[in-house]
Amino acid sequence: MTLVFVETDESGQVVLTSAEAVTFARTNADVLAGSTLDVAVIGALPDTATEQLAALGVETIHHLEHSDLEAYSAPAWAQALVDIAPETGTVLASGTPRGMELMAHVAVRTGSRMAANVVAADEEGLLRQVLGGTAFERLVLDGDLQVLTIAGHACTPEETTATSPEVLDYELDIAAEDLRTRVVRTEVHTVDGNDTSGLTQAKAVVGAGRGVGSENGFGEVLELVDHLGGALGVSRVVTGLGWRPHAEQVGQTGSRIAPDVYIACGISGAIQHMAGIEGAKTLIAINTDEESTMVQRADYAIIGDLHEVVGAVNEEIRNRRG
Amino acid sequence: MDILVCIKRIPDISGQITLDASGTDIDDAGLGHTTSAHEECAVELAIQTAAATGGTVTVLTVGPAEAVEQLRAAVAVGANDGILIEAEDPGAFGPEDIAQIIGDIVRDRAEQGQSFDLVLLGNDAADTGDFQVGIRLAYDLEYPVLTGIQTLTSSGGGAGSGGGSGSIEARGIGPAGTEVFALDLPAVIAIQEGGVDPRYPSITGRMKAKKARITEYVAPEPGTGNPRIGLELPPEKTSEVTILGEGPDAADALVDVLEEIGVIRS
Ligand SMILES: Cc1cc2nc3c(=O)[nH]c(=O)nc-3n(C[C@H](O)[C@H](O)[C@H](O)COP(=O)(O)OP(=O)(O)OC[C@H]3O[C@@H](n4cnc5c(N)ncnc54)[C@H](O)[C@@H]3O)c2cc1C
Repeated sequence: MTLVFVETDESGQVVLTSAEAVTFARTNADVLAGSTLDVAVIGALPDTATEQLAALGVETIHHLEHSDLEAYSAPAWAQALVDIAPETGTVLASGTPRGMELMAHVAVRTGSRMAANVVAADEEGLLRQVLGGTAFERLVLDGDLQVLTIAGHACTPEETTATSPEVLDYELDIAAEDLRTRVVRTEVHTVDGNDTSGLTQAKAVVGAGRGVGSENGFGEVLELVDHLGGALGVSRVVTGLGWRPHAEQVGQTGSRIAPDVYIACGISGAIQHMAGIEGAKTLIAINTDEESTMVQRADYAIIGDLHEVVGAVNEEIRNRRG
Repeated sequence: MDILVCIKRIPDISGQITLDASGTDIDDAGLGHTTSAHEECAVELAIQTAAATGGTVTVLTVGPAEAVEQLRAAVAVGANDGILIEAEDPGAFGPEDIAQIIGDIVRDRAEQGQSFDLVLLGNDAADTGDFQVGIRLAYDLEYPVLTGIQTLTSSGGGAGSGGGSGSIEARGIGPAGTEVFALDLPAVIAIQEGGVDPRYPSITGRMKAKKARITEYVAPEPGTGNPRIGLELPPEKTSEVTILGEGPDAADALVDVLEEIGVIRS
């Protein structure tokens, strides 16, 4: 069996990265030692999620709901997954913070090895991102059960012939010991930028780097974000200088994004930043330095001062709207 | 509160990398070395927490002899002492091995009367990105563990508590907002960059670092080893950039592209 841990969002949809992980499991079934495609959902299972999972070709949905699992506690959630995990085969999740944490607990609890940020699997083993995406490691996980996380945006969700998945509900027994690390309260996102979901799901992201110049230099860039109904993403220099909150950081130690378009304004294109934008379909650079990596890697570029260029772009959009 | 922070020496990559002759590691001969970003934040949080509770900070690394540099850098910003577990070929160790080695040191220190109340690590190292050493270590020590934590507030327990008393409040970003945890000590916590800014060393800090006490051990043979077969580099990207123009005059062309992609809000 290949078992995929699936996350759903507040509106009951399967999140994009989980749909990617399910697709990865299905399209690599021949090498993942799993003859059936099972998923585990913890908490509510709305019809919308069941329908999405059916369209992704899922055969069985293990539905794990219990009052003790409502507040997140990694060991309790992981044990719930372990209770239904196969003895041989594969357990995997997307490489989100939850996915990473849960898979590591599952690996320890099942005495298995784990590979994080896998991008491909074949007869020779697994290939995973290392060094922030600059290199790939080929490895083989010995043991009966392999535990993996799939790098965000390593594959695109693909629907297939719809199934009618069987939904299995469980009577769970949760150990008090596994609730020691339960979330005691969640402070709902505020405008201070703690919400990264907008950034990771946005179709258009405008990136801003040191070239913006100061904390007060984001005006034009934010107006462009607004015109595109997108999100702002920044480089580490920007968060390091305290100009914007860390939740907006894109890159190796920030969010990994996969928008239709990423417009990098005043960002040089350091490897650690590029690691976060691998999934962008079209890359546009606005930079004073024609030689910068960002310009060299872009599909389109404008050479010039970002304030002038972005200002003119905003004006042009306003004009065309009439 | 007495805190142990586990850090790792990693190559400082800013440009193209090449592989060594074995094809299983990168050629880091010409590269500088640093500590992972998450771990720099772990060191900072440890210093702040120890200062608030009148405790100490010990930094530990499993790495080559040169990793003493990263330990001294942590002392320069405020850690009290360091532990180097020397491994000639750190790449031979898998995450299970590293967790085991650190667990053994924590137990060994406890026997000698130095019990750590808190063990901090980075969420994952910037080179391997394994994301499991902290969790494996916690299971080995039978301590509770959190990951993705960005800030810490100690609530009880103090210096010389001898380990095992007091509690700590930890906060990290979850899918629906900032998640708050309250944890009894001792505990293992993996830190994510973003909650604090690592400080720069002062001149006195640098002086202190030169003389700092670094206790050295030799790493045992790796038990489980590294499942790595080899490294591969992505195919070189050929650039096919279309320069739309220079300065504000090119705005028109850019808006055409955005319209074509279909991302402009109507
Ligand atoms: C372990 C580690 C992890 C890291 N993680 C991340 C990460 O997650 N995300 C990240 O972004 N970085 C990360 N970094 C940092 C990374 O190495 C770079 O330092 C950073 O991305 C550079 O940010 P920048 O491009 O904004 O600044 P710079 O490199 O200083 O580039 C500024 C750019 O702006 C251009 N410019 C200047 N003025 C203007 C103007 N008026 N108009 C137009 N262009 C202008 C310049 O030509 C230059 O290209 C990490 C580093 C390490 C060591």
